[in-house]
Amino acid sequence: MRSAVVRYSPLLLLAIAWEAVPRLGLVDPDTLPPLSAVLRAWIGLLRDGDLAVNGLSSLQNLTAGLVLAIVVGVALGVLMAWYWPVEVLVNPLVRILYPLPRSALIPVMILWFGLGAASKIAAVFLGCLLPVVIGAFNGARGVEQVLIWSARAAGATSLEVLREVVVPAAMPEILAGIRNALALSFILLVAAELLISQRGMGYLISSFGEAGAYDAMFAGVLTVSAVGFFADRLYLLVMGWALRWRG
Amino acid sequence: MTGISFHEVSHTYRPPRSAPTLALERVSLDVREREFLALLGPSGCGKSTLLYLLGGFLPVEAGAVTVAGKPVTGPGPDRGIVFQNFALYPWKTVRQNILYGLEKQRLPRAERERRARELIELVHLGGFDNSYPAQLSGGMKQRVAIARTLAVDPAILLMDEPFGALDAQTRALMHEELLAIIRRTPKTVVFVTHDVREAVYLADRVAVMSARPGRIKEIVDTGFAGEKGPALTGTRAFADKVEHLWDLVRGEAILAQTRRD
Repeated sequence: MRSAVVRYSPLLLLAIAWEAVPRLGLVDPDTLPPLSAVLRAWIGLLRDGDLAVNGLSSLQNLTAGLVLAIVVGVALGVLMAWYWPVEVLVNPLVRILYPLPRSALIPVMILWFGLGAASKIAAVFLGCLLPVVIGAFNGARGVEQVLIWSARAAGATSLEVLREVVVPAAMPEILAGIRNALALSFILLVAAELLISQRGMGYLISSFGEAGAYDAMFAGVLTVSAVGFFADRLYLLVMGWALRWRG
Repeated sequence: MTGISFHEVSHTYRPPRSAPTLALERVSLDVREREFLALLGPSGCGKSTLLYLLGGFLPVEAGAVTVAGKPVTGPGPDRGIVFQNFALYPWKTVRQNILYGLEKQRLPRAERERRARELIELVHLGGFDNSYPAQLSGGMKQRVAIARTLAVDPAILLMDEPFGALDAQTRALMHEELLAIIRRTPKTVVFVTHDVREAVYLADRVAVMSARPGRIKEIVDTGFAGEKGPALTGTRAFADKVEHLWDLVRGEAILAQTRRD
C-alpha cells in the first residue's frame, strides 16, 4: 500500500502542479488549461462519442499494423538467423534502414496508399518491423547448439527444430523486440493521424488544437498517453506469464 | 547389433576468424555391443569431437564412422545424447521435456504418458513433473536430461562429460543411478570424461586419448564389470587401476596445459 503511494507520488505532484500553475496565473490558462478543465472536457468527449469513434479507429489501425509487423518481423528475423542467404540479403538492409527516422516514412506511405487507413497501417507496420526483426534475429541466432542437437537426435526434422526449438528459445528476445514495437506503434499512428486528418486520436488532437479548444486537445493527449502506459503494463504482465519458465 | 567403429577418423576444427586446428588424427576405435566405454583425455584432446561425429552432429570429413556396419550420416534416435550443461528446453516442464522425444517417435498419446510417468519415477523426480528446469538443482536437471534421452530408448547412449557440472556428492549419486539404469536397460555407452576415477569406476574399458591432435594412446580394460558399487572404490585393485591410468594421462594433461595460450 505504502509502496504504491510512494511509486505514484510524482504523478500526484504533477497533477497538483498542473492544476495550480494556471490557476495561480503563472502561465496563461489558454495555453495550459488546469487539469480539472481538461478532465471536464474529457468527460464531454466521452459523452459525445468523439472518444469512442476516434479511439476505436486508432485502435484498429494500430492493431492491424502491429500484428502485421509481428508476424512478418518474427518470420524474417528467424529466417535470417537460420538461412544464411536470407541474412546476406536482408541484414544490410536492416542496418541501413535502422537509423532512418521512422516518421519520415509517413509522407511516402501517403504518396503510395493515399489518405486513408491503408497509409496509417503501413506506417505503423514499417515503423514497428525492424525492432521485431532484430529481436527475433538475435534470439534465434543465440539458440544453444546443444538444444538443436538434442532435438535432432530425438528425430525432429529441420522444420520441427525451427518451430519447436528455435522460436521458443528466442522468445525472450522476440517479446522484448515486440515491446519496443508497441511503444513505437503509438508514436507512428498518432503522427500519421496528425497528417492524415480524417479520423483517429491524432486527428482529434490536431483538430481541437486548430479550433482553439485546448482543454479538449489536452484531453486527447492525456488519453493517448494513458492508453499507451496501460498497454505497456498489460504487455509486461502477458510477457511475464509467457516467460514464467525463467525461474 | 549396435557395434560402433571409428576407422582412421581425422577432423579439423575451422573456427571463424582463426587458424584451423587438427582436432583428431587418424583415430581408430571399436566399441562393442552393450559395452561401457569411457573416452578419457585432457581438455581439448578432441574426445567430445569424436562423440559429436558418432552422434552425427558434425560431418565425417576423413575416415569412417559406422554403427552396426552402416556409416553415420546424421543424428538419429538410435543414438541418444546427454550433454554436460543438460541442454534441457527451459520453456518446457520436466514432463514436457521427457515427452518431447516420445512425440517425435509418433507414439500414441496414452503410451507416451505411460512412458513419461515411468521415466520420471526411474530418475526419482516424482512430484516435479510440472517444474521448470530453472527451478531444479544441477543434479535434478541432469536426471531430467537422462530421462529425456532414455525416453526414446536408444540402443546407444552418448554422454559428454554429463556429470562435469555437478558437485562431488551429487556426482557420486549420479554414478550409482546411471549404473542402475544401465543394468535395467542394457545399452552401449560412450562416455566422455577427463576424470580418471569416474572413467575407472563406470567403464568396462577406458580409451586414453593424447593431447591435441587427439589420438587413441591406449585402451585399458578396467576389469570391474559386475562388481561395481561404492565398495569398489576402496579396494586396492581400484586404486592401482586409477594410478595406472593417471600415469598415462598425466603427461598428456601437462602437454595440453603448456600448449594452452
